[in-house]
Amino acid sequence: MSLVCVDDLSISYGAKAVLSHVSLRIEPGEIVTIVGPNGSGKTSLLRSIIGAVKPARGRVTRGSNLRLGYVPQRLHIDPTLPMTVARFLALPGGAARTIIDGALAQAGVPNLLNAQMSRLSGGQFQRVLLARALIGKPQLLLLDEATQGLDQPGSAAFYRQIETVRRDTGCAVLMISHELHVVMSASDRVICLNGHVCCEGTPEVVASAPEYRALFGSGTMGALALYRHDHDHGHDHHHDHKETAE
Amino acid sequence: MLDDFMMRATLAGIGVALAAAPLGCFVVWRRMAYFGDATAHAAILGVALSLALSISVFAGALFIALLMALTVNLLTGRGYAMDTLLGVLAHSALAFGLVAVSFLSGIRIDLMAYLFGDILAVSHLDLTVIWGGAALVVALIGWRWSALLTATLNEDLAYASGIDPKREQLVLTLALAITVAVAIKVVGVLLIAAMLIIPAAAARPLSRTPESMALVAAGIGSVSALVGLRAAYVFDTPAGPSIVCVAALIFAALSIAGKVRTSTQ
Repeated sequence: MSLVCVDDLSISYGAKAVLSHVSLRIEPGEIVTIVGPNGSGKTSLLRSIIGAVKPARGRVTRGSNLRLGYVPQRLHIDPTLPMTVARFLALPGGAARTIIDGALAQAGVPNLLNAQMSRLSGGQFQRVLLARALIGKPQLLLLDEATQGLDQPGSAAFYRQIETVRRDTGCAVLMISHELHVVMSASDRVICLNGHVCCEGTPEVVASAPEYRALFGSGTMGALALYRHDHDHGHDHHHDHKETAE
Repeated sequence: MLDDFMMRATLAGIGVALAAAPLGCFVVWRRMAYFGDATAHAAILGVALSLALSISVFAGALFIALLMALTVNLLTGRGYAMDTLLGVLAHSALAFGLVAVSFLSGIRIDLMAYLFGDILAVSHLDLTVIWGGAALVVALIGWRWSALLTATLNEDLAYASGIDPKREQLVLTLALAITVAVAIKVVGVLLIAAMLIIPAAAARPLSRTPESMALVAAGIGSVSALVGLRAAYVFDTPAGPSIVCVAALIFAALSIAGKVRTSTQ
């Protein structure tokens, strides 16, 4: 049985449609990556799965008692809020010390228990977020550009950690990533999103799909074109894709 | 023991300090300082209404504070920035309240008592209301503590854990309205926000976890009430403002000590 079933989902903020007619399923144990330009609705899709956005149409069905682990895009902790790593990991339900230790080890930062969150480096912070997502023994791990702000070796190491976690716990992973080389190596399935599902399949299939090339170009595995896309906030999606093709 | 007006005043001050401490921490963490101020200012309209209708000041202030807080909750994110909205609502409510009070002929009202509090006139009944309200606020926040904390950190983290951040915001709003209503007698509407924010802010340099910050804030608030009242008695100064002055001095001392400690590390 699928962990999450998204059925004909449409989301709009006011008059602006962000997603239309998106359907997808997440199966146990698979790593699925969502790629797409800025404003393509990636984060909205993830937020609708955790229940933070109400669909305008369609629905999101989660498996009964599905355990979710969520790593947000960025987390700002107000400097007036004192917070040790141990306390942060125990939110909201409270967790036994052994579980907390285990999650920190799994996330690759075993010795941070008593550190203040505000003193962590970017990489440590992201790993602590990952550890917190692992506390509830999730069946599905959701990551929204979890490596933002990390340098390339840092984010590569982070994604290797994700693969290790999947191997060790068997949880499914749904992540948003800008880094295509990561998508290629780590994902079982890639979904290319731009307001709707442009194309999906194994990384190889998606990389050679014309819809994907229209969005990201074909040179250097699309990495350079993707980078350019990041700065193109006014991306206008055309269904014939020819205009943006390289 | 409770027949001594100083004893009643002290207990009233500590009651408010205990309720204000955990709530004040959330006000500081969530940057709701102005929200607290606005709710308190609006309460003066409630005071005017309750005097006009001859109902208890507590009930009137609670009603208007709730109305105000819920309105702001409802209207945020709909065109106006939060602080604009608060500025409009709070000051209109304060102005309408002051005008309404002026219509109340026949009753001599000491407006100062509501603006700055009249803690030395706390009755047995007031004391019951204050401690009842304070207990309610502490119970409410204690019950929702972890959920509130998660929602304060990040709304999406809360959603992913099955917590509705809007409901938690409502809990805080409710607690704020109750605190405002019970604190009017003690520090008055103009200084309620000070009792919320100053002890919490003063506790920050001493705290490593959210829980310890709330506890330390409660301590600082209680000490402020004790020392402030004593000072008011000795120097014959207004009681409410004296309490806030002591809290402010503690804040200044702890901030400086904290800075010195970090710079010598």
